[in-house]
Amino acid sequence: MATKTATKLVKEIRVDISKCTGCRACEMACSAYHAKPRYSSINPARSRIRVVSSEHNDEYVPIRSTDYTPSECNGRRTYVIEGKEYSDCSFCGSPCPSRDLFFEPDSGLPLKCDMCESIPEIIPMCVQACGESALTYHKYDVMVDAKDQERRGGIEIGLENLVNQYGVDAILEGLKRMQK
Amino acid sequence: MRYADTGFDLEIDLTRGSIEKVPNDPRDTELFLGGQGIAAKILFERVPPETDPFSEDNLLIFSAGLLHGTPAPAANRTAVNTLSPQTGLMSHSLFGGFFGPELKYAGYDRIIIRGRSPTLVYLYIHNDTVEIRDAAHLHGMGCTETGDVLKAELHDQGFQVAAIGLAGENRVFMASIDHNYASAARGVGVIMGDKRLKAIAVRGTKDVNIAKAAELFPITHEIHQKMAKSDGCGDWMAVDEDDSFHHNHFAWGNARTRRKDFWSDELQERWTRLKYDHMDRQTGCYNCPKKCRNVISWPGKRRFGYKCFGKDTYHMAAFLELDFSYEILGDAQEYGVDSYSTPQVMAFALELLEDGILSRDDFPGMPDDKRGQFFWLLEKIVRREGIGDILADGVSAAAKRIGKGAEKYDHNTTKKFEQLPIKLGKLNPAYFLMIATGEKMSITQIEGSFPQDPLPTKEQREEFVAKWEAVPDEKFKQYFLEWEKRNEIADERTCEIVDWNEAMHYIDDAIGTCGFVSSFRGQFGGSVPYHMNNLPQIISLASGMEVTKESLWKNFQRIRTLVRAVNVRRGLRREHERPPEDHWAVRDEQYEQALLSMYYKFKGWNEEGIPTRDTLERLDLGWVADDLEARGILEPASTVTARTGTAG
Repeated sequence: MATKTATKLVKEIRVDISKCTGCRACEMACSAYHAKPRYSSINPARSRIRVVSSEHNDEYVPIRSTDYTPSECNGRRTYVIEGKEYSDCSFCGSPCPSRDLFFEPDSGLPLKCDMCESIPEIIPMCVQACGESALTYHKYDVMVDAKDQERRGGIEIGLENLVNQYGVDAILEGLKRMQK
Repeated sequence: MRYADTGFDLEIDLTRGSIEKVPNDPRDTELFLGGQGIAAKILFERVPPETDPFSEDNLLIFSAGLLHGTPAPAANRTAVNTLSPQTGLMSHSLFGGFFGPELKYAGYDRIIIRGRSPTLVYLYIHNDTVEIRDAAHLHGMGCTETGDVLKAELHDQGFQVAAIGLAGENRVFMASIDHNYASAARGVGVIMGDKRLKAIAVRGTKDVNIAKAAELFPITHEIHQKMAKSDGCGDWMAVDEDDSFHHNHFAWGNARTRRKDFWSDELQERWTRLKYDHMDRQTGCYNCPKKCRNVISWPGKRRFGYKCFGKDTYHMAAFLELDFSYEILGDAQEYGVDSYSTPQVMAFALELLEDGILSRDDFPGMPDDKRGQFFWLLEKIVRREGIGDILADGVSAAAKRIGKGAEKYDHNTTKKFEQLPIKLGKLNPAYFLMIATGEKMSITQIEGSFPQDPLPTKEQREEFVAKWEAVPDEKFKQYFLEWEKRNEIADERTCEIVDWNEAMHYIDDAIGTCGFVSSFRGQFGGSVPYHMNNLPQIISLASGMEVTKESLWKNFQRIRTLVRAVNVRRGLRREHERPPEDHWAVRDEQYEQALLSMYYKFKGWNEEGIPTRDTLERLDLGWVADDLEARGILEPASTVTARTGTAG
């Protein structure tokens, strides 16, 4: 217990799928906010949040894009919730080769939610656009291991992601080139 | 670059199997905005008036609205236009959901479909990949079932599908085109079936560009947030369980019987329980915070969605209760039939049987109970079997074919189209004009900005007027303040009120906004989100065009007049502009005809209801006047000779 001495700010978008009406206003607002120049175009395909829906199954799940994954899951899981079947893809935010979701339509690059981080701080646009409060925004501190926090500074986390994606050698090569 | 518009139409010829992506003219957007507006121009220009609706030359046009795909909330209603075999006139229908915006994201403002495919096909649209594909495997399939099958086989839930069911395939006149629990009725499904087009699946991942984005977004964002909180917009029937209004005031059966004391607290409690015991959720349309559709799971039936009066029509036609509507609506949705007109056709048939004009032999194997009879009739109609084949043409045509006095039972149609079953006492002058002259065919598509009835006290009226942002002109506040009795209002004022009601619908149906946040909703007071005072700015910022209140009003007049011209060319005249004879118990033919004349004059139409050359030219529709004169519909004015002289 003694090691948990630091706090970390967690930003969370909570999703109440029973409240979602499937209107996709969140997609519209996200794509507008991330358009360059801001708001200049609307295109849900560029949105970092998508409502995965199936009317006949009464399934409406807004999912927020997370990290890219280069390969799809081995095997699938199916959840049955109150008689309705959901695949685990219904809840997964990873851009992955198994589906055409969260890839920039022009470049094909993966899209990742940035929680609309900006100065001054705003409530993420998708949450603002949700008239039913199916999406709500929460910020809170969690206690973490101080040492862990120290070790995993912002640069390290970023580097670790790059290493995971491109491998150590490629990153070192890249750093060398940049030093020249 | 085009803003709000994509700048392209999709031209499909099903006879030749050709597909073309054609740039459209920005001048048309300036003049007619989009939606029904531009569709009317296309129908006027490209479909000769003598065209049989069942001919390959008839066009079926799916139009996105000008604001579809922009951040403007509740801009999602797709307009479908064609020539109707039932009325012989221009069909106009709308459906909500996601189709229009998706079409924009695919890069098209509209789909114009000509010809007839030799076999059943569906249209596949994924951005620039457009294909006419075989639909043999979809034959006979339900509307939303077709959507599910297509999304599954295309491995993409993001496709938006509009489809016909068995009714459309069999060219039933009441057939609808369904998409996502939304439905386009009023004579369009039949033409989609005639063209052998089972469905359109569209998916788009392109941008819709906004002219003045940084200025527009905060405005639409604020409207969206206000709409979410407001109870002054959306379909209140989705949440208000007191539906005494329709049940006590509308007519039951074949639009005959009023049951003024039908509603009770006990019934309301029972029906509320029935609804919430079976309702999965309420859903909304694209980028709209309202949730107008109730989605119901009924045991043994396919899940269905309904909104508004659609939940009442079947049980009121059958003298049953809500459980019956819930039982039949899933089947009706999958067969793809209009829930307003179809139950009336069924009630009409059963009344003919009751009165001996039809006999039991005409209904072989039909059960004895009302519930069973309605299900039996539904099957016969959508398959066009036996009596169902006759009924599938709607009440008016069926009455003529049956004969033997059946025509008298066709008592609730105008221009051969089934009207809402409303039978009242004293004439309401504004409603007389709207039902008589409306070309959107259903009163719900015409009424809506000015209240239906006066408020009883001056204080209430003052309170209403104080919050009334939507008035296009302050004079309407005065009219309302001075209005005490329904039928006691100056005829000039009635004309102006009807004009305003119409204006909002014509604008909505061109820009694609929903009546529940605009044209239909203002009559019930409060602050309706879209109106003549804020739409010019929104359209301007989205499209980059300079739109003012005056120019937008002129857009309405131009579209309205062009729709009239399309229909006038197809034979619409004053004699057809009659509400059902028993719509009101007390009638005054002389007064009504004088009012109609005044209205025609107000609109700039002649005594036959035909727009004059002056009117047409004022609205930049001189070419329409030329056409009407060439066909001898308008008498050539002396100015024509003079102009020709100068030119020659």
